[in-house]
Amino acid sequence: MAEDTTSKDYWRWTESNWHDPDMDWREGDIISAGVDVGSVSSQTVIMVDGKLYAYSNMRTGSDSPKSAENAMDWALEGTGMTLDDIHYAVGTGYGRVNVPFAKRAITEIACHARGANFMYGPTIKTVLDMGGQDCKAIRVDQKGKVVSFLMNDKCAAGTGRGMEVFADLLGVHITKVGEMSLQVDEEPPMVSSTCVVFAKSEASALLREGWPKEKVLAAYCLAMAHRVVGLLERLGIEEDFAITGGIAKNIGIVSRVEKELGIKALKPSLDTQIAGAIGGALFATALLKKERKKK
Amino acid sequence: MITAGIDVGAKNVKVIIQEDGKILGKGLVLAGLDTQASIKGAVDAALKDADLASDKVEKVFATGAGRKDVPDADDSYTEVGADAAGAIHLYPQARTVIDVGAEEGRAIRVDERGKVVDFAINERCAAGAGAFTEAMARALELPLEELGRLSLTSTKAVPMNAQCAVFAESEVVSLIHAKTEKQDIARAVHDAMATRITSMARRVGVKPDIALIGGVARNPGFVDSLQRDLETEVLIPEDPEYVSAFGAALLAAGLGK
Repeated sequence: MAEDTTSKDYWRWTESNWHDPDMDWREGDIISAGVDVGSVSSQTVIMVDGKLYAYSNMRTGSDSPKSAENAMDWALEGTGMTLDDIHYAVGTGYGRVNVPFAKRAITEIACHARGANFMYGPTIKTVLDMGGQDCKAIRVDQKGKVVSFLMNDKCAAGTGRGMEVFADLLGVHITKVGEMSLQVDEEPPMVSSTCVVFAKSEASALLREGWPKEKVLAAYCLAMAHRVVGLLERLGIEEDFAITGGIAKNIGIVSRVEKELGIKALKPSLDTQIAGAIGGALFATALLKKERKKK
Repeated sequence: MITAGIDVGAKNVKVIIQEDGKILGKGLVLAGLDTQASIKGAVDAALKDADLASDKVEKVFATGAGRKDVPDADDSYTEVGADAAGAIHLYPQARTVIDVGAEEGRAIRVDERGKVVDFAINERCAAGAGAFTEAMARALELPLEELGRLSLTSTKAVPMNAQCAVFAESEVVSLIHAKTEKQDIARAVHDAMATRITSMARRVGVKPDIALIGGVARNPGFVDSLQRDLETEVLIPEDPEYVSAFGAALLAAGLGK
């Protein structure tokens, strides 16, 4: 991707890993993992007896199995745990069948629903996952099971990839885009094109006309928010509502989606990018319990 | 009667001056920030090319996405109407007109009298317009002309999964990393775009003869892929990007259908 072409990589979001230093995984009965290999980012979540123990969040490389391994290695870093200590791993996401150490592959729709239920509690009914190359609106029941969903995976409008393109165009770091887009006195009219390619040329024209970056970003964020609200409205939205995925970290999008819907999204307690991997790890826990019962 | 047609497109402004169905002069200027200046530039170029003074032009019709921006036009016409008028004048036997421009693709069905029966437009998505090949040429670090020529030397069909131009760009980069030959990637790009245009054309029904107009008709790689997809030859005029402007000029003279 853009790795070797740009001198300043404005699109680069921050990778991270974490583990709970107060938990001793050696005392755990069930150690499970969920590995979400997305088109843009990959995550691994490790759970001990159904509790979050460690996670990693990093960029997906050109090779899916390698990306899965890298995300796993990074989650394990500093824990003293090795891959052999994990009893059951589930792969999910776009590259789910290419997770070498996973016993099962489960769709990201199911995993995001399950993960959102864990992150936000059983009152969550509508989940909007705004990922790198697709956007899904999911209705879930109180157990975190999928009731229905709608997905846009054909078009970059309303995805993280579209936002990366804009960050690069304006030379604004992707983590600053949301905040900056809110620094306008009043909302400008939204860019008229939903297509990222056309929106980009429209934005260039607005910049040449003398619009400040903040205003151009506001016009784009509005269009992007409008686009995903359309998806949510087709599915039918019911509270509680939450947004997962990388775009959930963009306040410029989140606040505009909330405003157009007239509904507030629940505040996340965890990194919104790991929702799918959490769901995977929870499925892994349940599957292992079932397996052990049979024996 | 001497008339002019001005086509204010997303990328270029094109002007044709005609008399009794014969082209006297043409002018093309990149549509810059100042639309008025671009229009004036293209008109002046066409007048110079025709060796005419502006007062000799009796009537002016405008067309294109920016047709409302032409202040002195006597009337304006939709792109579909102008496309059909221009293409049918050049090829009376054509029943389907496909116009692929920088930011828009159109498929138009006309009856035996040259009247528009049905049409479909793609204006929302770069995947079905010239912008798609431009983005892919950038990803391949090739001039656009080279992309078209290179495509013809490919002997292998490589599928492209992405529809969106943004995603396709990443896919092209992955194909480069996977050491896929550049000519095969070039063909994959044109095949993908041809598929999109063909499916749009099928919505209105493809009937021979087929005329292909718009700037993208100059790309031999795209033409090759489109012909393979349609399983038939298409007719391409000498100056495909001017057909809509020509159509507007014909309509101004009362020569269009």
